[in-house]
Amino acid sequence: MNEIPILTLTIFLPLVGVLFLFFIKGQQEFINKTSGYVAILTSGITFCASILILLNFNYSNPDFQFVEQHDWIFNFVNYKVGIDGISLSFILLTTFITPICILATINSIQNRLREFLIALLLMETMMIGVFCSLDLFIFYLFFEAGLIPMFLIIGIWGGERRVYSAFKFFLYTLFGSVFMLISIIYIYFDAGTLDVEKLLNIQINKDYQKYLWLGFFASFAVKTPMWPVHTWLPDAHVEAPTSGSVILAAILLKMAGYGFIRFSLGLFPDASIYFSPLVFTLSIIAIVYTSLVALVQKDMKKLIAYSSVAHMGFVTIGIFVFNKEGIEGSIFQMISHGIISSALFLCVGVVYDRLHTREISEYGGVVNVMPNYAVMFMVFTLGSLGLPGTSGFIGEILVLIGSFKFNYWIAFFAATGVILSACYSLWLYRRVVFGEITNLKIKNLTDLNKNEYLILTPLLIMTIVLGFYPALVLDLISTSVDKVSNDMLEYIETAKLIKK
Amino acid sequence: MIDFQNILPEIFLTFLLLFLLVLGVYLKNSFLLIKKFTILSLIICIPIVYLNFDNQILIFNNNYSINIFSNLLKIVILISSAFSLIFTGQYLKRAKIEKFEYMILILSSTLGMFVMVSANNLIGLYLGIELQSLSLYVLSSIDRNSLKSSESGVKYFVLGALSSGLFLYGCSLIYGFTGSTNYLIINENFSVDNLGLIFGLVFIIVGLAFKISAVPFHMWTPDVYEGSPTPVTAFFALAPKVAGMGAFIQILFVAFSEALTEWKSIIIFISIASMVLGSVAAIGQTNIKRLMAYSSIGHMGYALAGIATGTLAGISATLTYIFIYVVMNVAAFTCILFFSRDKIYYEDIRDLGGLSKNHPLISACFCLILFSLAGIPPLAGFFAKFYIFKAVIESEMYVLAIIGLLSSVVSAFYYLRVIKIMYFDKEKEKFDDISGLGMKFSLLVSSALILFYFIGPSFLINLSDIASRVFN
Repeated sequence: MNEIPILTLTIFLPLVGVLFLFFIKGQQEFINKTSGYVAILTSGITFCASILILLNFNYSNPDFQFVEQHDWIFNFVNYKVGIDGISLSFILLTTFITPICILATINSIQNRLREFLIALLLMETMMIGVFCSLDLFIFYLFFEAGLIPMFLIIGIWGGERRVYSAFKFFLYTLFGSVFMLISIIYIYFDAGTLDVEKLLNIQINKDYQKYLWLGFFASFAVKTPMWPVHTWLPDAHVEAPTSGSVILAAILLKMAGYGFIRFSLGLFPDASIYFSPLVFTLSIIAIVYTSLVALVQKDMKKLIAYSSVAHMGFVTIGIFVFNKEGIEGSIFQMISHGIISSALFLCVGVVYDRLHTREISEYGGVVNVMPNYAVMFMVFTLGSLGLPGTSGFIGEILVLIGSFKFNYWIAFFAATGVILSACYSLWLYRRVVFGEITNLKIKNLTDLNKNEYLILTPLLIMTIVLGFYPALVLDLISTSVDKVSNDMLEYIETAKLIKK
Repeated sequence: MIDFQNILPEIFLTFLLLFLLVLGVYLKNSFLLIKKFTILSLIICIPIVYLNFDNQILIFNNNYSINIFSNLLKIVILISSAFSLIFTGQYLKRAKIEKFEYMILILSSTLGMFVMVSANNLIGLYLGIELQSLSLYVLSSIDRNSLKSSESGVKYFVLGALSSGLFLYGCSLIYGFTGSTNYLIINENFSVDNLGLIFGLVFIIVGLAFKISAVPFHMWTPDVYEGSPTPVTAFFALAPKVAGMGAFIQILFVAFSEALTEWKSIIIFISIASMVLGSVAAIGQTNIKRLMAYSSIGHMGYALAGIATGTLAGISATLTYIFIYVVMNVAAFTCILFFSRDKIYYEDIRDLGGLSKNHPLISACFCLILFSLAGIPPLAGFFAKFYIFKAVIESEMYVLAIIGLLSSVVSAFYYLRVIKIMYFDKEKEKFDDISGLGMKFSLLVSSALILFYFIGPSFLINLSDIASRVFN
């Protein structure tokens, strides 16, 4: 397999689809139909390619695999890609979610469908690129380039306040990333290379680590999003079209989590230890505060958006307790959140397409007319609040175990999030699905159609399979996480010794 | 005799200019002919410059320098002059300014810029600047029936004359204290302790900063950009900026290399002020030409940040930035020249509403260009900014880097606003379809360069690196 540059192929496969989409000509209906097929086919092939990578992946090798390296900018940047277990799990998530997004798009959007699909496929390339890149410059390129299609997705196909949300999303993220760029350039002059593999073995000057860490943190904190820079997320989620929200929640937010594990922990271990109390504080505030905020939301999407912030709070806690359980838990939590939150957004999309409102008070008694939908929605709601047997549980329990090992209080506060998430999710579910039918329009609702089954079933299966058989993901990431956490624990030990 | 061989491009342009002037006087309705002839000759001039590309000599008693740096800039000037004629399209015809003098003025201004980038003597530089500027004054008021155009011409002339005066005063101070106007002798006799020399240096910087419209000498830019006919505005934004930046680098690094720390602090201030003002002041603009004026002020700020480092890496970054800036502006002004309906050209950005539905290709290109101007990867504009900040951080000027990057975030806002109008807002009436091969050509070529720059970025950097080594 080493001869074929399979990673590069996987990254740029969606672009081939984009090229085809550009050249479709004909009647509007024909264009819509064909571009739908082309997009599904492209993302399907990309998914197959990622499965192919998985089959050829060596689980027990902690180093980067499938590494490809080419000269790019003279003497300065190499095009270098490669993956380990952590990246692969995110790549699989990306290639798995994208076809579902495309299916959902084809069902719900007629206006400028082709352009939407082009934007989605561009996003896919950027997202896979982020998880593959082994050069900081390339990473930054992919990380930022995703802004353009997402800005257009929110702005063109979004809801009423789409302009405001698109601008907020774009400027917040750009603002954060600028500091990362400065840090990256500084690293180049300090270490003489931007190659991640080499950088992981180099000690970056401790005096500067803190500033560099903050530079990266500015970018990742906005993207995660962490309190208090999370405010772009609810707006972006609410205004984005359903599949835009799905991409945003399922994958874009995970770039930041991935970045924390790969770069913040890997490149700046001392600074990560130094700043971990800051991260814990912000995360705990995020968990408690945004959960409370979620309780009072009147808009379904906004509620799920706030719950995302809370869930990402778990992720950041898990990463910064540095032990194996914590990091594994946060990766698992990210994967599971990617699946469940996208499913929840799709569920909201299902009723939104019928009733064109997301106000919770407009709903009630949906179970009477849409029983199958109610079942699906219930499984995902339970998954979101972390019921044993769903994937949400595994992530939360691992993070809690990890943080318990580190500090009781962090575990205690994080655990309150579990209770609060049960409150708002179940309450949302009760208000939407159960109760009397108050709104006459509800009576005319029809249950899920074929396409919606097609979209939701894979997510349902993954939620439950990962809940009962988490080894599917954990085996994949185990060796890589071992490496990261062992390095970190060593640093903590030496730091303690120096103190003594 | 050897000296004259080396200035073949300048001689070629001079004779061409005179020939076309005579031709234009004798032939009636010769506008199109002369236009095509001019474009062709500008393109032919490129290989003529390339003949002596690798030379590095000083001619006319060390008063005129031919080297890779000046040759490279000359080629860029030729390309941008040629493009500013190519993408003119039907504008001049529709605005009823089909005067053959237009080409003559562009040619003479190009000749002036050649002298600017090659001059190794203050007098030579002054002559170059004046030849360039006088042509530009007339160009900006060439639409004499329009009040705005005449006003902008007069305004540009008055302020330009003032700045030339300041520049000359600086020259006289320098001459008085060093005894020569030649860069090399100035450099030999320069002493930092002499206050008169420092004053002269400041006045010369002021004069040049005016020409490249850097803050705080930018006042004329928005008005002149708005008032002039659009193709002239485009010309303003392209070639003179390249030449001005070239002259700036030449004089600072050759004549005043002794006073590095002195001019460095001035350039840093000018650079920061331009970046910040360029991004903040553009937010309220609704006229696309005014917006481009502020945008070019901001871009000059970034380019100056490279010079402010005072290193070879900085010069190289500035050159790369200027080249990419030229490509982006060619693309942007081609788009602006498209926005016409029934022979009326629209300049208010609100008229672009829903452009993406009526003209998907043009709006996609314009969107790309605006993202590139804002510096979003993977477009060319990002790489341009990246090299600048790489050089800046290499010289450990972190404050400059942070202010620059933050103002690039602010400037992203107004570029995004134009995209918002094109893509998110309600449709307006359709514009006329693309007219003319030249516009299509320049739009597609420049957009493709912007989009695919990331495939082979090394070429431009290597070229700039080699050119910057002249100042070693």
